[in-house]
Amino acid sequence: MTLTRRIIPCLDTDGARVVKGVNFVGLRDAGDPAELAARYNAEGADELVVLDIAASRDRRSTFLETIRNVAAELAIPLTAGGGIRTLEEARAVVLAGADKVTVNTAAIHDPELLSRLAEEFGSQAVVLAIDAKRDGKNWKVYARGGRDATELDAVDWAKKGVSHGAGEILITSMDRDGTLSGFDLALTAAISTAVRVPVIASGGAKSPLHFFDVFTEGRADAALAASIFHDGVQSIRSLKEFLASRAVEVRLPC
Amino acid sequence: MIVTLVDYGAGNLASVERALERLGAATRRSESPDSIERAEALLLPGVGHFAALIRGLDVRGLREPLRAAIRRGVPFLGICLGLQALYESSEEAPDVPGLNIFDGSVQGLPADVKLPHMGWNRVRQLRESSALRGVPDGAYFYFAHSYAADGADSRVVATSCYGVPFAAVVERENVWAVQFHPEKSAANGAAVLQNFLRFPQ
Repeated sequence: MTLTRRIIPCLDTDGARVVKGVNFVGLRDAGDPAELAARYNAEGADELVVLDIAASRDRRSTFLETIRNVAAELAIPLTAGGGIRTLEEARAVVLAGADKVTVNTAAIHDPELLSRLAEEFGSQAVVLAIDAKRDGKNWKVYARGGRDATELDAVDWAKKGVSHGAGEILITSMDRDGTLSGFDLALTAAISTAVRVPVIASGGAKSPLHFFDVFTEGRADAALAASIFHDGVQSIRSLKEFLASRAVEVRLPC
Repeated sequence: MIVTLVDYGAGNLASVERALERLGAATRRSESPDSIERAEALLLPGVGHFAALIRGLDVRGLREPLRAAIRRGVPFLGICLGLQALYESSEEAPDVPGLNIFDGSVQGLPADVKLPHMGWNRVRQLRESSALRGVPDGAYFYFAHSYAADGADSRVVATSCYGVPFAAVVERENVWAVQFHPEKSAANGAAVLQNFLRFPQ
């Protein structure tokens, strides 16, 4: 017996609506968060992630309302984040119904934020999201939704984040995001072998084979995708059936 | 039956409330030792640190009312950390005494597997279980924890395995406890909560 590999649809929102874009730019509307959440819950998604990619202060209450609406539709775990800077902001997200919170830019500036969150909610509720881009043989960490390059190496930062209390790593390949050319297997495997917590791979998924590759060669514990699920290009059920036929253990709902 | 959710200040009660409400159950949150004494059924959800849960109970004066209610036969369901709290102690906080309903202590999962144990795992039924009535053997449930109780104990009715076998469901008379999160375990989780709501009076 072992853990199944998890399939996680992601709702990128502007606070209120699901949006999508390529390489972090050019956003367009992709639907109602609660409606999509209900659909994925019924289709056998293992978890759901909802992110506020606009993360503007004045729309924070709108995003909390979105979390409440999404949580009301789910009988699976919910992770939420986007622009979370403080323990208080994280608490508001948890009280709105999220089981886990993701932090990204704020943790880069203040890694102790991870420790404070882990102390308050437990490590299992703290997801460190890392946006990374290939830089020679390694990968550089980017802040502010991919806008600002940092000096951090992605693998080093993942290790440091875990030592500060992160219970899971969400690694997004900026090179692959929105390209539908498959996950960055080398990046995912590098992170997954460097840390002792579960790793969620993100960025570039299109075909069932991409998922198979990231669970085998990429050594991911979970894989996240957005637009291929929203557009109905790929159903979660048929994706899981494909993986099961290739001997990847997944939860097949009846 | 109104289910009283034990509010120790740190747990996220909302997802358990929603799951019970979806099944048509009424819930309320414990606000005082009184509300535990009057409860028809008790549910102790739990996430986070063992010490935070136990201290949260102690600060609110809920330890003895909870133990008394369990002795009186009030139906009780502990979830995740709410299972671990029933033991004498936990390796997570060795100096903090648990509720001591069950003998033994909670141990860390082995270091050679990724922790937390987070995700969907199978639950093997060892004997007839009231909590798992109608749930197929080997069904998947959602787990998120790094500590667990011994799976070899006679009160353990179902186990799961992650590095080692551990207690997934523990039952003794009116006390049920589950290491997984039924409120996040889709249809199988709903079945466990439904069984609890039909607890024989």
